[in-house]
Amino acid sequence: MIIVLSKDAMAIQKEQDVVPFRNRVKEYAVKIGMSLVNQTKLITAASELVRNMLKYGGGGSTLIEVISKGRENGIRLTFADKGPGIKDIPLAMQDGYSTGKSLGLGLPGAKRLVSEFDIKSTPGKGTTVTVIKWKNG
Amino acid sequence: MGKFLLVTIQVDLYDRLALNLETDLANMVNKTGARGVLIDISALSIVDSFMGRILGNIGTMSKIMDAESVVVGMQPAVAITLVELGLELKGVSTALNVEKGMQLLHTKVGSFEDEEKEEDADDNSIE
Ligand SMILES: Nc1ncnc2c1ncn2[C@@H]1O[C@H](COP(=O)(O)OP(=O)(O)O)[C@@H](O)[C@H]1O
Ligand SMILES: [Mg+2]
Repeated sequence: MIIVLSKDAMAIQKEQDVVPFRNRVKEYAVKIGMSLVNQTKLITAASELVRNMLKYGGGGSTLIEVISKGRENGIRLTFADKGPGIKDIPLAMQDGYSTGKSLGLGLPGAKRLVSEFDIKSTPGKGTTVTVIKWKNG
Repeated sequence: MGKFLLVTIQVDLYDRLALNLETDLANMVNKTGARGVLIDISALSIVDSFMGRILGNIGTMSKIMDAESVVVGMQPAVAITLVELGLELKGVSTALNVEKGMQLLHTKVGSFEDEEKEEDADDNSIE
């Protein structure tokens, strides 16, 4: 069972929100004693997902949670937007697939960098991505 | 250090600033006729696919403008993360630190060494 130890919400509306958000994620990761490599992986994944939210979802809201499961602590991040959504998720998850003329590494790369990855999307309604990085994961 | 440009990225840049870096550098290479660009990213705590693409673009742009570029000082945690992210940084040369990067740049533009020595002599500059 996952227990939520703390919750911190942050709205993302413009590109200037990206760096402060990343810094906020880092603060929590440091607080729970995550290693530098795991911090870097988590923050890089967060950066990809928050950029997607801005670029494709027109901005949205994020949630940073400190969670615990058994003896393991971790960070859970939620990215929710009310943008156009994704029609074909397996396609969007492929390396190199991009409708934005960029590298197409954001979604598949973020998935590789975290411990748990979940994406839900309804065309016309929006997209929600949730990731967990365990302290020692 | 007339023929090389040294660019130090001091903080985690906002996207627009990062894009400016691309055009500013192109203008600088053009204006100074620099043969090499050294980009120090030791202050960057992460490189995501957006920043990675900019580093790649700078490499491509330098080539087109007949200059070589080397990225130096990538933190080990950043390098490890880039591999998992899947970013190859194709066409981007890297070196451990500024000193090693300079050596690499010298080697890369090496074929022009004679020509430059002459210029140096004209300028009376000390190497
Ligand atoms: N929040 C989102 N809302 C709508 N579409 C999205 C969202 N995130 C990703 N996508 C779609 O998935 C594709 C792949 O995303 P990603 O892997 O991050 O690569 P890139 O950002 O380089 O396009 C995007 O090009 C876009 O079509
Ligand atoms: Mg992306």
